[in-house]
Amino acid sequence: MLGMPSADFPSQECAVVALDAGTVAVSNVAVSDAALSDAAAPDQTAAHHAEMAAIRSGSVASLHSWELVTAVDGPGTRLTLFLSGCLLRCQYCHNPDTWKLRDGTVTDIEDILTRIRRYEGVFTATKGGVTVSGGEPLMQPAFVTRLFAELHGRGIHTTLDTSGYLGASASDKLLDNVDLVLLDVKSGLPDTYREVTGRELAPTIAFGDRLAERGIAVWVRFVLVPGLTDAVDNVEAVARIVARWPNVARVEVLPFHQMGEDKWNRLSIPYPLHGVTPPDAALQDRVRAQFLAHGLTVF
Amino acid sequence: MTMTEGTRSAGQQAAPFHAEPLGWAGFVSGPWQDGIDVRDFIQRNYTPYLGDAGFLAGATARTTGVWAKLSAMFPEEQRKGVYDVDATTPASITAHAPGYIDRPNEIIVGLQTDAPLKRAIMPFGGWRMVATSLETYGYPVSPELETIFTKYRKTHNDGVFDVYPPAVKRARHSHLITGLPDAYGRGRIIGDYRRVALYGVTALIAGKKRERVGLDMQPSTEEIIRAREENSEQIKALKELVQMAVSYGFDISRPAETATEAIQWLYFAYLGAVKEQNGAAMSFGRNTAFLDAYIERDLTAGILTEEAAQELIDDLVIKLRIVRFLRTPEYDELFSGDPTWVTESMGGIGLDGRALVTKTAFRFLQTLYNLGPAPEPNLTVLWSDALPAGFKRFCAQVSIDTSAIQYESDDLIRDAWGDDAAIACCVSPMRVGKQMQFFGARVNTVKALLYAINGGRDEITGEQIAPETVPLVGDVLDYDTVWNAYLGTLEWLAETYVDALNCIHYMHDKYAYERLEMALHDGDILRTMACGIAGLSVSADSLSAIKYATVRPVRDTTGLVTDYTIEGEYPAFGNDDDRVDSIAVLIVETFMGMIRKHPTYRNAVHTQSVLTITSNVVYGKKTGNTPDGRRAGAPFAPGANPMNGRDTHGMLISALSVAKIPYAEAQDGISLTNTVVPAGLGHTPEEQVTNLVGLIDAYTLSHGYHLNINVLNRETLEDAMEHPENYPQLTIRVSGYAVNFIRLTREQQLDVISRTFHGSV
Repeated sequence: MLGMPSADFPSQECAVVALDAGTVAVSNVAVSDAALSDAAAPDQTAAHHAEMAAIRSGSVASLHSWELVTAVDGPGTRLTLFLSGCLLRCQYCHNPDTWKLRDGTVTDIEDILTRIRRYEGVFTATKGGVTVSGGEPLMQPAFVTRLFAELHGRGIHTTLDTSGYLGASASDKLLDNVDLVLLDVKSGLPDTYREVTGRELAPTIAFGDRLAERGIAVWVRFVLVPGLTDAVDNVEAVARIVARWPNVARVEVLPFHQMGEDKWNRLSIPYPLHGVTPPDAALQDRVRAQFLAHGLTVF
Repeated sequence: MTMTEGTRSAGQQAAPFHAEPLGWAGFVSGPWQDGIDVRDFIQRNYTPYLGDAGFLAGATARTTGVWAKLSAMFPEEQRKGVYDVDATTPASITAHAPGYIDRPNEIIVGLQTDAPLKRAIMPFGGWRMVATSLETYGYPVSPELETIFTKYRKTHNDGVFDVYPPAVKRARHSHLITGLPDAYGRGRIIGDYRRVALYGVTALIAGKKRERVGLDMQPSTEEIIRAREENSEQIKALKELVQMAVSYGFDISRPAETATEAIQWLYFAYLGAVKEQNGAAMSFGRNTAFLDAYIERDLTAGILTEEAAQELIDDLVIKLRIVRFLRTPEYDELFSGDPTWVTESMGGIGLDGRALVTKTAFRFLQTLYNLGPAPEPNLTVLWSDALPAGFKRFCAQVSIDTSAIQYESDDLIRDAWGDDAAIACCVSPMRVGKQMQFFGARVNTVKALLYAINGGRDEITGEQIAPETVPLVGDVLDYDTVWNAYLGTLEWLAETYVDALNCIHYMHDKYAYERLEMALHDGDILRTMACGIAGLSVSADSLSAIKYATVRPVRDTTGLVTDYTIEGEYPAFGNDDDRVDSIAVLIVETFMGMIRKHPTYRNAVHTQSVLTITSNVVYGKKTGNTPDGRRAGAPFAPGANPMNGRDTHGMLISALSVAKIPYAEAQDGISLTNTVVPAGLGHTPEEQVTNLVGLIDAYTLSHGYHLNINVLNRETLEDAMEHPENYPQLTIRVSGYAVNFIRLTREQQLDVISRTFHGSV
């Protein structure tokens, strides 16, 4: 059985795709083949190429795991698909096992739709739907586009859980079929953003602007890590960015937790946040108050 | 008020009343006035309530005072195990003088003995249970009573062991069949206590006499003789019930005339039952819509206020919370936390589509706020997605705040048993006053599987328990071979099991007949033979491992398989994966089919439950290593729950696997317990309530039968283990009932904590 993200602590797994150290394409970004195949993958067999072609076409997904969850990844009870693959390496990532695209299970979209159809009654009863998370779901934009189009055809509510960094990979057609975006704004200061994720802040802002223009509902999520993301001016910067998007329905301040450390150890990856304690109530209150001061609905 | 002496032989027909009794004034008339038909009364007279909880009243100073007086006694009871025992008076309906908690302040009166929390001895079930209990708690065993009940008066327990065949004794000894009610009262019989309030006892006696006329017209076969004797006992019990009420200053021979009287009469009827019978589960029935008709009548007449109505319910519930029985520590190991299963079922939808939700259902739930959470009465909501939104939301709120209520599928129960059925114990539905069950505890399906592999020998002791068969050979277990061997073992087990239950219930009827509870039933009733299975998820996972992974048996020097190695992965029950869920379903269907092959005592209808209560811990302790990788001694999952931590796709997915077990093949109920942390239900209280309502809707719409919901933080439970004094009322739901967490054994507390905590649901 697969290990899986503990969805009770959402969004720490979300990351951003960086195409090339130092250079970031803000618009018209397409995920490169190199990114898709995790570049270092040694097995360049024909089968592998066929799989990659299938992922590019969206007929299959590289799937880490799935879960039927409530009150975490959007409204109601939702089937959340955790897609594999993320080039970002967030310090607080609690699902480092979703980083590599090739570690996922290649799963046919028809199988996924069959699974989803089992729970249509659940979605109706709970006013829930389907959330695509990860990893970074926009590493597999063709799949997401096809899936969401299918779901909308059946009247199922769709949610995209993303860092927004690869927002440019999301076509208009994809966004046409998105009801809600869970947008991680990991930091408000570019330098802090880079420290947390290794990548740039700008694409996330650009994606947020685009969502605002289209009037797509957004829940913003911000992971509060003492000593990393908690600086007053960093939080203030996030709040300022978010406050200019009228489509933001809520901001969720997610207290950092240490539940992910086991996974880093199991994967033998040095864990940068070893020993960091979760934010206390006072710190959480301060940060939430900062968002509230900008007129935002905060949880 | 008198009744005419009828000449009809029809069983439960009461003759018409000459004049309408005062107690019926203002009620809508109907067939309920011509014969005993409480359901008809309810249907014509109850007022569905579609609103929210806004009307409810808080606790009065009187209520708080009475409860405080009792609460002050609980720590001593908790410390000593019992508060007090009357060690010399064998219990009966009239054995004890009236007792009070705080006489001037009690509105509803009556105690099992002459003082609160003082337990009675009930030797008719078995003398050893009484003697052992008294010795355990340091009370003298009366030599005179010992002589009576060992020399002159045979008990149920003696009778059973006179007739058990050797196979039953072996299966019992090896813990293949456990928890049989052969040394304690079987319980799970719900008298229709409402009848006393609606008709008065005189009319009920007249009805029983008419039933007797019918019996007298038939030849004296063994069956008819037994029925006549029981009828005679029932009438005596009803007469004693009147006397008992008189000792408290009430005349319950006539119908109740006010809401206060209706509640008092109802409670007296129930009290008579728990004064005399130490049944494993002494459930209360389905009373809220019934009582609501009386309360509404008094509210409309201006002789009752909402505050006073709530006080009545609060006072009734206080009484229900202190029902006590004297039991042994071994019993407590199986059914821990001193449960009595005073189960009250409420809600549901009537056959005509109207919700059976009344303000009094809200008032019962409100007691959890007015008095604080408590395990008893075992408040049970018959849930349908068609229930009024206000009620659904209030239930969810109460669950989030108290974890003290359980949910059962109203749709499944109504389809099978109509709209006046109630739950006995945890999950056993029955038509009130028209149906009873022969409680049969359960068999260990996991041990049976190990026996199949070991040629009928016990995996721990090596003893030959099941008939000798050829042990499975080879280095790798083959699914078809194991399944075929399992079928053989299960066939023998089903036969042995029904054999045991027939012996038990024959003797229970003979030596410890529930005369008052049965007096509050029709003459002709449906009986079910309630079999049960434990360890379903371990059995299913073990077979799944054998089928989908490579399982190699590890044998000791005598050739006994004592362990297993597993290579590869296997689908585990609890992930909505049909490959293994179908195995769980197959086990349930197969065993039910085998049970049905064997004739039952009194032609009871065969049923089974998938329920363990808290015995999942004991079962696990007595069961060796299993092919799914579970270690010897580790607890089973409770009820029909998937095994801890193997359900990896969320709580609802786990529940949906359980929902596949067909109710038609487990009509005595399928129990599922889940624990979630409050934040896992949403950010705001509003969102938490909405999401919990959605979850219960989704589960019941998916044909899930039963759901215990705990909304708790793990830290709370851990702290309660360390500082029990700070958590006197911490209530949690375990397989089918609620317990005070601090009254569980440490082992059970750890089991509860280690059980899947669904941080998210």
